[in-house]
Amino acid sequence: MMMTQTTKITNPAIDVTDLTVAYHEKPVLWDVDFQAPQDTLLAIVGPNGAGKSTLIKTILGLLKPAAGRIQVFGKNYRPQSRLIGYVPQKGTVDWDFPTNVLDVVLMGRYGHLGWFRRPKVEDRKMAVDCLEKVGMADFMNRQISQLSGGQQQRVFIARALIQDAPIYLMDEPFAGVDAATERSIITLLRELKDKGKTIICVHHDLQTLKEYFEWVMLLNVRAVALGKVTDILTQENLRKTYGGKAAFLTGLKEEEEKGHASA
Amino acid sequence: MLLLNTIAEFFQNYTIQIVFTGSLILGITAGCLGTFAVLRQQSLLGDAIAHATLPGVCLAFLITQTKNPFVLLLGAGISGWIASLFLKLIVENTKLKKDAALGIILSVFFGLGLLLITIVQKLPTATKAGLDKFIFGNAATLLKQDVMMMSAFSIFIFLVLIVFWKEFKILVFDRDYAASQGMPVHFFDVFLTTLIVIAIVIGLQTVGVVLMSAMLVAPAAAARQWTDRLGVMLFLSALFGAISGTFGAITSSMVSNLPTGPTIVIFLSIFVLVSLVFAPNRGLLWDWIRSYRNRKTILTTTMLQNLLLFSEIQTDPFHPHDISALKAIGRGAIDKTMKELSRKGWAQQFEDKRWALTPKGLDKARKLTKEYEETISGFSSA
Repeated sequence: MMMTQTTKITNPAIDVTDLTVAYHEKPVLWDVDFQAPQDTLLAIVGPNGAGKSTLIKTILGLLKPAAGRIQVFGKNYRPQSRLIGYVPQKGTVDWDFPTNVLDVVLMGRYGHLGWFRRPKVEDRKMAVDCLEKVGMADFMNRQISQLSGGQQQRVFIARALIQDAPIYLMDEPFAGVDAATERSIITLLRELKDKGKTIICVHHDLQTLKEYFEWVMLLNVRAVALGKVTDILTQENLRKTYGGKAAFLTGLKEEEEKGHASA
Repeated sequence: MLLLNTIAEFFQNYTIQIVFTGSLILGITAGCLGTFAVLRQQSLLGDAIAHATLPGVCLAFLITQTKNPFVLLLGAGISGWIASLFLKLIVENTKLKKDAALGIILSVFFGLGLLLITIVQKLPTATKAGLDKFIFGNAATLLKQDVMMMSAFSIFIFLVLIVFWKEFKILVFDRDYAASQGMPVHFFDVFLTTLIVIAIVIGLQTVGVVLMSAMLVAPAAAARQWTDRLGVMLFLSALFGAISGTFGAITSSMVSNLPTGPTIVIFLSIFVLVSLVFAPNRGLLWDWIRSYRNRKTILTTTMLQNLLLFSEIQTDPFHPHDISALKAIGRGAIDKTMKELSRKGWAQQFEDKRWALTPKGLDKARKLTKEYEETISGFSSA
């Protein structure tokens, strides 16, 4: 199956070629090509089990691919180069761990600090700055077990911000957060993009896709389509991605038709 | 003074000194590493490794025919370490779940160990090999050279923990994130497990393979109850381990035929029990008090609001009302709640058993209602 790609990408931030990843012989990603242009907001969209998190983790070097090549800014990627800030799904850690918010954010500096070295005053200052950006500065001494889901997410984003990387990979940053937090997160992501950062999010909500993101990759084990949201988000592509389960997308279909009528 | 003298005399006893020092070192070391094991949700890892050291002890004896503790413990360490590697391989490469893998490793290695120990005991050359002390532990048989070896290992462990503090912390809290920053997580996995193996080996002669994991898990579990800081938890865990270790070891060496492992576990369980029940915030007692208070607040608030509704029927807000209708809804708690309201001066009962708000109660009820409405509107606007 050929992937639909509408726009040619030059100098991509991330360039994935022929990537195959398998767990116990079962392919999770099959021959995936994926390019993320620089300085954009890109969403990875697909049904459960489509391999979205796997794609992110493989790019980060957390999973070994069975085949394929991953390049970041034209070079083979190693996590030590610290070009990518990572926001994992917030459910992947034990929030009852005995530590506070500031400490978690400081973990984002560990890569810069190198071995043996402890965070210094400047690192703490940076951590407070990053907490301010996500509106969590008042919570810096709070136990992490006392945070709500939205607050946990913002702490994780602050921890990625302190890495000050040119690329951010975020696994479902909007999952389980309230509407107000979602607004503040998307505002923050747009600011990052305006500063020339590349932000790639696993995203689930097709309703907000057009509003939040410029670029989208549709994924279901294979890469289905990649391009500007306005070009890619068609009924046809969604059916290819979600299979027969696309019936719930009628709202989008009407919009699409309206779009055609006005064009 | 007499007591102090007795204690001083007590500690002049050479055996007691050795037992005390050995169990102190063991308690502190196991307490420190147990913190990481418990937080990694690998409490049972220690149990599996401890049991898996037994075949190593027996094989070391069978091969070298010596009782040299260094040789035996080296065997223990190697076999425990191999077991931990098998465990990692099974979990990462098969579909078996962690608990099943732990169960398999523990029982296979321990079974092999028991088999070998029977063979050892049947050897004519080894009638007094004394390997059975490795099962339940015997602090009284500790020698000075054992304690020296234990100290060397535990100093190594402390140095490593100080140097790699932040690495271990992030490894335990968020392994994937650590890897995404380029940290060699597989190396640190094996490293941390190796330290746990060393801590277990340190404790084998004193506590024995069967109960060694309690030395790791119990102090850390108790310490977690009292604090929300990793450093403090580590310190408390070491302290609890040290106290239980020394008390248990000394008690067992003063009573003949009392195995050390089980005695230490008794002291450990006192710490765990007290911590589970009485620790502020996380303790059960605290939980009960909190839910009792919450219930009381909810009941008084509801009652106050009901009285406010009643008071709005008449022009005089302090006109007394019959509350028997409310009793049907609120069941037995109503009488108690009304008493609480009058104690606070928010409501008063008249001689005809009817109730009315006091001016103070009216203010409070109005304030509560307003707050409640604000919360509701806050939710809907968000």
